This record gives sequence, C-alpha cells and structure tokens, in this order.
Amino acid sequence: MSALQTLGDVVAVAFLLLGALLCLTAGIGLLRFPDVLTRMHAGTKPQVLGVLLIMVGGAIRLQGWSATWMLLLVAVFQMLTAPVSAHMVSRVAYRRRHVRRDRLLVDEQHTAGQDRLYRGDEPADAPPEEPATALAERVRENREDGTR
Amino acid sequence: MTSDPAPGPGSRLAHQLRHQLPLLVWLVAVWNLLWGTWSWANLLAGIVVALVVTWLLPLPPVVGGARLRPLGLLVFLGTFLADLVYSGAEVAWQTVRPSGIDRSAILRVQLRTDSDLLLTILSESVTLVPGSMVMDLDRERGVLVLHVLHVRDDDDVERQRASVLAQEERIVRAFGTDDEIAALSRAPGEPFPAAERRTP
Repeated sequence: MSALQTLGDVVAVAFLLLGALLCLTAGIGLLRFPDVLTRMHAGTKPQVLGVLLIMVGGAIRLQGWSATWMLLLVAVFQMLTAPVSAHMVSRVAYRRRHVRRDRLLVDEQHTAGQDRLYRGDEPADAPPEEPATALAERVRENREDGTR
Repeated sequence: MTSDPAPGPGSRLAHQLRHQLPLLVWLVAVWNLLWGTWSWANLLAGIVVALVVTWLLPLPPVVGGARLRPLGLLVFLGTFLADLVYSGAEVAWQTVRPSGIDRSAILRVQLRTDSDLLLTILSESVTLVPGSMVMDLDRERGVLVLHVLHVRDDDDVERQRASVLAQEERIVRAFGTDDEIAALSRAPGEPFPAAERRTP
C-alpha cells in the first residue's frame, strides 16, 4: 500500500467520522429542542451537511467512478428534497398552532395580522380564543372558497 | 441529444420539446448516473425512458427561463458552501452545548424578485442553510416567511433579514435577466409593473 493510498484513507475516515458526528447532533437535537419548528431545524440541517460529508468520504474511499456517480446522485436528491419536507412539515405545524410562542422572540406572521386568532401551543382541535372572530373568519374563508 | 423526434407532424411537438429539453437532459443524466457506467445503450435507453416519463407525467413548463452568469454563479456557490459549513457547525454546537438553544423568531422578508424559478432557488438555498427555514411564501406580495433558529435580540433579527436579502441578490446576479437585476434597486414593497410580470 502506497503512502498516497494511506493518506486517502485517512482523509476519507476523517470525512466519514465528521459526517457521522453531524448526524448524531441531528438526533440529539430532535430530543433536546422544544417544539416542532426547532426540531425540523435539527432534523434536516446538520444532517444534510453530515450526509454530504459521508458521501465525500465514501467517494474517496471507494475509488470507483460508478460508486461516485451514485453518491453524487444521493447528495443531489438529498439537497433537493430535504428543504421541501422541512417546509411542508413546518408550515402545517404553524397552521395547526403547534408553536411554542413563549420561545419566539418575534413572530411577524402573527403581528402582521396573518394569524391573529391563536396564541399558544394548542392541539389542532382546541376551541379558538375569540369564537366570534373565528366564526367570522371561517364564514369569510368559506365564501372565498366558494367564489374561487 | 434529444432532437430525434422533433420534425413531427406539428410544430406543437417541437415547441413542447424545446420547453421540456432541460428536464429531458436531466432525466437522461440521472438514468446514466444510476447505471454508473457510460455506454451508448444506456444513453439510448435513458432517452427513451425520459421521453416516456415526460409523456406520461407532463409538468408545466418553467416560465421565463434563466440566464447563467458564470461569475455570479461562482460567487453564489462559494458563499453557499461556506454558509453551509459555518452554519452547520454552529447549529450542531447549539444542539450539544449544555445551555441549549435560545429563542427563535418568525420573520417576514419583503423580496424584490418576481420570478418563479428564482424564488424556488432562493427558498431551497435558504432552507438548506442551517438556522433558517422557509415556512411560507406570499407569492402575490413577494413576501417570504421564515423561521430562524437562535436569535438573541432585535439586532440578530435584522442581521438575518439582511442575509436573506443578500442571498437573493447573489441568486439574481447568478441566474437573473437584466430586468431582474435592475429590479434589485427598486424599493422593497413597491408593486411590480404589470409588464414585467413573469407569471401567467
């Protein structure tokens, strides 16, 4: 085994370990973070970088073009799909009021009047705080849906 | 590469093919990468599969299209990679440190771009960079709603807002047309002139 090969192995192992560590922090974040929105950060972000690093490490270690192309595809699809799923889950969580508002410094979506009926981390079927406003809102939405 | 069935009976097919060409090339590339080896048989099979897929599952064409500026692209990719590594390390540290995370925030950012393609690239890259995540996009007003992890005070909030706008500018300078670059200097919130609208 030549010195160059050993060097390649060391670099690959470093990348693999670093990537594995980042994936571990993603798992820890899922346990430690307080609500859905912050957990989505932990679940998608360090893990994307972790997977990328593991792909680079694997590509260095495997030394075959066919494996490298496959790893490249994995990386591309990871980067294309992770944001979409994070966005969908967080959007649903916000609209279903699974938000810890006491942990938010500012919520401009709320103060801009886009979401004025709900204020806490409530279950999805909780009664609204202002029943009259909520009823009016629902009637208005239904009418808009009907005309659309 | 995929110009073989173009001279068909109508020009509609050719028109459709020109709009679908980037998608076809991408599908052929994926097919070949999946096989892992280069051969003419793979290329031909990939073309056949791509045509069948786009015929069975048609997508609406991307309106407007983009123009690639090599220098802007380099700046964008370089900054993006640096952001990815730096913020990745930061978020990883915030998850494992004993004090945990601070408070977070939900921001509305008024954008200056009005192109579906550029907004898609912006949302994807903002969500990929750790610490910020797109929650909603008000397409009519051009407002991006995002959730940012870890803000301490109002200065942090403004810094995040400025970084999203800087990212938007880099993307427009990498992929945008001349009109869209000119639109960057427009005051935020000003409505887009109807003539420049790129969406049907």
